[in-house]
Amino acid sequence: MAEMTLRVNGSVRELDVDPRTSLLDLLRERLGLTGTKKGCDHGQCGACTVLLDGRRANACLALAVACDGSEVTTVEGLGGAADGDEPHPLQTAFVERDAFQCGYCTPGQLCSAAGMLAERGPSAVTADLTDDPPLTPEEIRERMSGNLCRCGAYVNIVAAIQEAAR
Amino acid sequence: MKLFEYARAADAREALERFRPGTMYLGGGTNLVDLMRLGVARPDFLVDVTRLPYDTIDADGDGLRIGAAVRNSDLAAHPAVRERYPMLARAVLSGASGQVRNMATTAGNLLQRTRCPYFQDVSRPCNKRRPASGCPAIPGDHENLAILGHSEQCVATHPSDMAVALAALGAQVHVTGPASDRVVPIPGLHRLPGAEPERDTVLTPGELITAITLPPPPPGRSHYRKVRERASFAFALVSVAAVLDVDEASDTVRDCRIALGGVAHVPWRAERAEAALRGAPATEEEFVRAAEAELAEARPLPRNAYKVPLARNLIVRTLQELIP
Ligand SMILES: Cc1cc2nc3c(=O)[nH]c(=O)nc-3n(C[C@H](O)[C@H](O)[C@H](O)COP(=O)(O)OP(=O)(O)OC[C@H]3O[C@@H](n4cnc5c(N)ncnc54)[C@H](O)[C@@H]3O)c2cc1C
Ligand code: SF4
Repeated sequence: MAEMTLRVNGSVRELDVDPRTSLLDLLRERLGLTGTKKGCDHGQCGACTVLLDGRRANACLALAVACDGSEVTTVEGLGGAADGDEPHPLQTAFVERDAFQCGYCTPGQLCSAAGMLAERGPSAVTADLTDDPPLTPEEIRERMSGNLCRCGAYVNIVAAIQEAAR
Repeated sequence: MKLFEYARAADAREALERFRPGTMYLGGGTNLVDLMRLGVARPDFLVDVTRLPYDTIDADGDGLRIGAAVRNSDLAAHPAVRERYPMLARAVLSGASGQVRNMATTAGNLLQRTRCPYFQDVSRPCNKRRPASGCPAIPGDHENLAILGHSEQCVATHPSDMAVALAALGAQVHVTGPASDRVVPIPGLHRLPGAEPERDTVLTPGELITAITLPPPPPGRSHYRKVRERASFAFALVSVAAVLDVDEASDTVRDCRIALGGVAHVPWRAERAEAALRGAPATEEEFVRAAEAELAEARPLPRNAYKVPLARNLIVRTLQELIP
C-alpha cells in the first residue's frame, strides 16, 4: 500500500492505496464519486474523463499513486457553488440542447468539454497552425473525438458546447 | 494486474539508481498502464519519470530541444513547433485524443508498443511478447500490419505518428544510462524485427530518454497526412511526413524528405524515393516514379496489400500539395 494525498473537488483526501488502483477506481470505489463512468477502461471511450490539475485526462489510464499531490475535478465538482448545486454552464447547455439519451457518456463529455474550452492552440483540423481558431462545429468535433456516445447524440453535444462557449 | 512497487524519481540520477531488473519507467502511462492491465507488461517496479526536470521546450538557437517529459499536447501547442516545425505539430495533433495527448509524454510516445491484436492478447502466441512462440498475425489478422521490412518472426507496425515526423526531420534522441550517455538518431532508434521482434528499439535495459533535439527546419514546405478508418481518434493505416524543396526557377526538386507510418516496425524513411526525386522535375509523373521506387521493396501479406497503392497515392498527393 502507498500513502497519497489528493485534492478532490476542493477537499483534501489522505489515502492509502494499492499501487494497482487506477484513479478511476479510486474515485468510484473508494471515494464514492460514481459520476465518473467506466466504459472501455482502455482510454478509447472517454467516459472516465476528469480534470487532473485542470487538464482533461482519462482516469482509467492514470494510476492513482501517480496522481499523489494532484487536484482532481470530477463531474460532481464541475458546478460553481460551494455546495455543488449550481450547474456549470455546460451542464445547463446539455440539458437545454438535449445533448444525451442514456446519459452514460455525459459526465465524461462534460469534463472533456470543460477541459477543452480551457485549451489553447490548433487542432488537427485547423488550417493555419499559427492561429487560435474560432470554435466552429468542425473544431469541436475534432477536439471532442476522445469522447464516444453510443446513442449518437453528437449533433446536440456539439450544439451544447458551442452554446456554452459563447 | 501483477503487484508492483511505485516510486517517483526527482532526477535522472535517482531514476537510474533505482532501476533494477523488472523495473520499467512510467511516463503518462497511457500505453504502459493499459499493457499492465492486459497482462502484457508485468513490471515489479515502476519508476515514475514524469517529474524529472525534462518538461520544457527550448527554442534558443536554430534547432529545438524537447524534454522527454513534455506532454504531447504541450508539444503541439508550442509556438516554435507550430511556426517552424508545423509537420511535427500536425503529426502529434493527428494522434490519439485531447485527453491522451494531455497525459502522453514525448519519450513514452516514441517507446509505445505495437497495436498488433495478438501482441495485446495474452491468450495467443506472439514472438514479440513471448519469443519463439510463433506469429499468428502472418496467417491471421494482419490487415493493419507491415508491408516493408518485416520478418518471418514478426509483421508488426510501429504506431506513433510523432515518430514519423521526427524521422523526416532527422531528430536525435538523447539517452542517459547506467554506463554512459549517448545520442541515437531517428531513424535508428527503432529497429526492424528480424529474428528478435521482442526488441522494438536499440535501447538497453535502464537507459532513460532525456530529450529529443531537432536540427534547424529543412528548407521547403512540409506536411503530415494520415489515412485512417475514421476521421479522428484512430491509428494510421498509412501516414506520410514529407518535406519538399523546389527550385522555382527550374521547377526541379532541390531536396526532399519522406517518411512513412503504418507500414513497418519503424518509422520508415523513404530513402529510395528521396534519391529518385533529388534533381528531378517536380511533377506528378516523377512523384509516382519515386513512390514506386520505394514501394518496389514492399512485400504485402494477403490482407494488407491495399497499403501499397494507398502509400503510393498518399506520397504522390502529399508531394503535389507541397509544390509552391
Ligand atoms: C485510445 C488511444 C489511442 C491512441 N491513438 C494514437 C494515435 O492515433 N497515434 C499515436 O501516435 N499514438 C496513439 N496513441 C498512443 C499514445 O500516443 C501513447 O500511448 C503515448 O504517447 C505514450 O506516452 P506515455 O507517456 O503515456 O507513455 P507510457 O505509457 O508511460 O510509456 C510507454 C513506454 O515508454 C517507456 N518510457 C516512458 N518514458 C521513458 C523515458 N523517459 N525513458 C525511457 N523509457 C521511457 C515506458 O517504460 C514504456 O515502455 C493512442 C493511445 C490510446 C490510449
Ligand atoms: S506480428 Fe509481431 S506482434 Fe503481432 S503476433 Fe506476430 S510477432 Fe506478435
